[in-house]
Amino acid sequence: MNRSFLRRIAIPAVAVLTMGLALTGCGDKNNTSSAASGGGGGGTLNGGGSTAQAVAQQTWRANYQKQNGGTINYEEVGSGTGVENFISQAYQFAGSDAYLAADQLSQAKDACGGDPIEVPAYVSPIAVAFNLHGITSLDLDAKTIADIFAGKVTKWNDAAITSQNPDADLPSTSIATVHRSDDSGTTFNFTDYLSQASEGAWSDEASVTWPSGIEGGQGLDGTSGVIGGLTDTEGSIGYADDSAVKSTDLGVASIKVGGDYNPPTPEGAAKVLALSPLESGRSSSDMAIKVDRSSTEKGTYPLLLVSYLIACGNYSDSSVADMVKAYLTYVVSGDGQRAAAQAAGSAPLDSKLSEKATQIVSKISSGS
Amino acid sequence: MTAGTMNISHPRLPQWAPALVGVMALAVAGLPALLAGWSPVTWLIAGTTVFLVAMPSWSRVVEGRRAAVDRLVTALIWTAFAVAVSPLVWLLYVVVRSGLPAVNADFLSYSMLNVIGDEQGGIFHALIGTLLITLAAALISVPIGILTGVYLVEYGKQSRTARIITFLVDVMTGIPSIVAGLFALALLVLLFGTAFRAGIGGSIALSLLMIPTVVRSSEEMMRLVPDDLREASYALGVPKWRTITRVVLPTSLAGIVTGVVLAISRVIGETAPLLVVAGATDGVNTNLFDGRMTTLPVFIFSQYASSTPVGYQRAWGGALVLIALVMVLNLVARIIGRVFAPAKAH
Amino acid sequence: MTATASQERTESTGPSPPSRRGDRVFSGTVRTAGLTILLALVAVFVFLAIEGWAGLTSDAATYAPFSSFGSYIVPLMVSTLLASAIALVVAVPFAIAVALFISHYAPRRLAAALGYVIDLLAAVPSVVFGLWGGRYLAAYLQPAHVWLHDHLGILPILGDPSPNGRSLFTAGIVLAIMIMPIMTAISREVFLQTPLLHEEAALALGATRWEMIRYAVFPYSRSGMLAGIMLGLGRALGETMAVAMVLATTPTTTLNVIATASPPTIAANIALNYKEATPERQSLLIATGLVLFVVTFLVNFAARWVAGRSTRRMAR
Repeated sequence: MNRSFLRRIAIPAVAVLTMGLALTGCGDKNNTSSAASGGGGGGTLNGGGSTAQAVAQQTWRANYQKQNGGTINYEEVGSGTGVENFISQAYQFAGSDAYLAADQLSQAKDACGGDPIEVPAYVSPIAVAFNLHGITSLDLDAKTIADIFAGKVTKWNDAAITSQNPDADLPSTSIATVHRSDDSGTTFNFTDYLSQASEGAWSDEASVTWPSGIEGGQGLDGTSGVIGGLTDTEGSIGYADDSAVKSTDLGVASIKVGGDYNPPTPEGAAKVLALSPLESGRSSSDMAIKVDRSSTEKGTYPLLLVSYLIACGNYSDSSVADMVKAYLTYVVSGDGQRAAAQAAGSAPLDSKLSEKATQIVSKISSGS
Repeated sequence: MTAGTMNISHPRLPQWAPALVGVMALAVAGLPALLAGWSPVTWLIAGTTVFLVAMPSWSRVVEGRRAAVDRLVTALIWTAFAVAVSPLVWLLYVVVRSGLPAVNADFLSYSMLNVIGDEQGGIFHALIGTLLITLAAALISVPIGILTGVYLVEYGKQSRTARIITFLVDVMTGIPSIVAGLFALALLVLLFGTAFRAGIGGSIALSLLMIPTVVRSSEEMMRLVPDDLREASYALGVPKWRTITRVVLPTSLAGIVTGVVLAISRVIGETAPLLVVAGATDGVNTNLFDGRMTTLPVFIFSQYASSTPVGYQRAWGGALVLIALVMVLNLVARIIGRVFAPAKAH
Repeated sequence: MTATASQERTESTGPSPPSRRGDRVFSGTVRTAGLTILLALVAVFVFLAIEGWAGLTSDAATYAPFSSFGSYIVPLMVSTLLASAIALVVAVPFAIAVALFISHYAPRRLAAALGYVIDLLAAVPSVVFGLWGGRYLAAYLQPAHVWLHDHLGILPILGDPSPNGRSLFTAGIVLAIMIMPIMTAISREVFLQTPLLHEEAALALGATRWEMIRYAVFPYSRSGMLAGIMLGLGRALGETMAVAMVLATTPTTTLNVIATASPPTIAANIALNYKEATPERQSLLIATGLVLFVVTFLVNFAARWVAGRSTRRMAR
């Protein structure tokens, strides 16, 4: 009994173990070449934060690792947790949809032993998307958008909408609004736009959380949740990153800027950013931008999301400092921005912003 | 010996009675279905309702009340099974249809290292991560769980400690998976500092989620082992620990294996705790104690969240592979249970 | 006479024979395992209490849109209890019926295969349930929402229907599908262990199959079924991903289970908001986790008391 028992356990156990070892020893097929070259290239860098940057980060990391080896990890844990992990030094850099608030700044300063650097890395237009059979585009001004999402305009054939779209065949169905149920930088930028540009129709402040006093909307989880909800519900309207909306059949609103109605474009978003001033009262290594959403310049699209990369100005470990410097330099460079624009549909930083960011990043030092 | 007893001289409905009633019920429901343009599902529901009314009524008239109740319950149970299986079939169909296009040899052997945009990416790193983390979680929770079950049944029979442990284990089932992840993270941070992220943290979080299922199912299965088996063993002079390992455990092995498999099936699909404490990485990492590891559910979630068409496809492909993986695990566990279980006494 | 004989036997076994040592080692190991679990649970509770304490007494801004912890947790609690109640009410009858089917009603040769098929439901990860439930099941159930409102709308739990089916009702049904395999598997194993002698005795006395199950199988399996149900309930209370991905959320409390949007459950709320939360808000979320812990405690307590009552009644 003992011997056969042992045999029954031993043989399958050995089989499983050898299979397992073979599997782990195999290695991933698409990296046998870079395993040889990349292994010696560099260390490991850990970062994370904004989920909006995720696709762009994937591109940046892949290109950087192919060139220089090493491993850079980016975890899509959300801007809040990203900054927190940066402050606790679990991450060497963080991605955040909102620039550091005052208390976060002071904590980061303590953690870094100096001023942290903050550079814009990812700019993407936010589209107001809707699901109406047969209608691919609508002209809406900020006030109407605010009224729709605040629940004041409830039907598609309301005068506010039809007056701006006399040629569209709008049904009499109710409008179902969709927003983000998770705290999100997209919501922050959307509510910031509404509060700045809607001439008082939107009374709440900009915030990562959808304001609570509003009845009737549906909160869905993540950009994919919003897109799913919009696709499934006839007569719905919501806001999401334009790159996610582009690949669907949803209609997109053109928003009123000055006298024109502009659809979401990367160029329009980049132009707004170029025209916006930097926040006042920040250090010289901090490029926090006060986005001017009420701009009336031609060809701009003020409903955009700008996401930052945050790093220390000084690292005690010189190899970490070099790697962060090299990576961030690539990210804000023309090449990096163009690569991200192609992969993620973002707006590349214009040359002035890119230069300023490169200059700030070049000052990352080590030691002391 | 009067009314209410099962009179064996009562007439019985013929063998083909249910089939006949079934066909007629579908026909009866088919008329309004055609006229009102019902979908096939509505037609089926209507037909089933007619059957559930007609069959017991006919049986009541011919066979008596008790037989009618019996036929009603039988019909209800068959219906319940059909209803329970249909979401599974539908879900599997959705997963296969959406995920099969993405799955090929490259998908299974490539990782996501240095993959840009629409390039061929894969789940190799996620597969390794899932297998290692789940294996470690099982190694932690299965021994503890089974031994606790042994304690509750064999040593703690009616003691206060045993009842408290059983009660608390039930409460443990209610821990949200993300709280388990945060707890594991806090534990690791306490021990290794704020920057520590590793697969073993994921295993700790998952074992917290697995233990209740393993404990409760082992406990219930061992409780059902008849005492005469134990007493026969003691009477032969076998010490208690040998009785447990040679008599009780093998007898309840099938049920314990089911419990373990259930627990593993549940945790292998957990996302939230792993994202928090094991992090995510693009390449292969085989070290549980150093560095971040990606698991399949985290891969599925983050690919879907990228909201790109290729992301959706990779997500469904990963889901299909994960379900297939658990199916294989289930099968292997059942075979193990069958092989090692002692022959039934009947 | 026998007493002295057995006394002699025990005394003559000499100093610490291997079996005695084996017994001590084994019982020590086993007790350690039990205590480890106790310790782990206490550790989780302590973790929740320490991290969440600040969340109970923060200043009003943290609870935005509400003003105090109490008003913050009420909508979450109502949703959690409603969703779990729907899940239990739907899943328990089905779980027991399917378990009975596999153990007693299905053709014997197919029984094992059919059991495997049901276990496949447990193989589906919660993310996939979230994806399928939110896009496919919700769309499919949306007409049912309208039907329920039209025919039973006087009930407060069936108010205005959702336009896309992403309601607590759908989330509850997804939860039911998720917890059913656990309950079915454990009940099935327990039903299969019913002594054949008892079953055959009942049948020999002239019981119908259903009567045999009622009188021979159920009493034997009561404890096991309850264990399965408790496990399922715990899972329903704590399920995070599926609910977060299926349910459309809004902060206002509502009893309407087919509403356009409902407050999230406690677990889903933690998952949705933890990423972007400030440290104060994180404490608040952990405090809600603590409350869920306590609620699970109380629900289990109540369930055991109810079940214990019926066992005590039977024993009389």
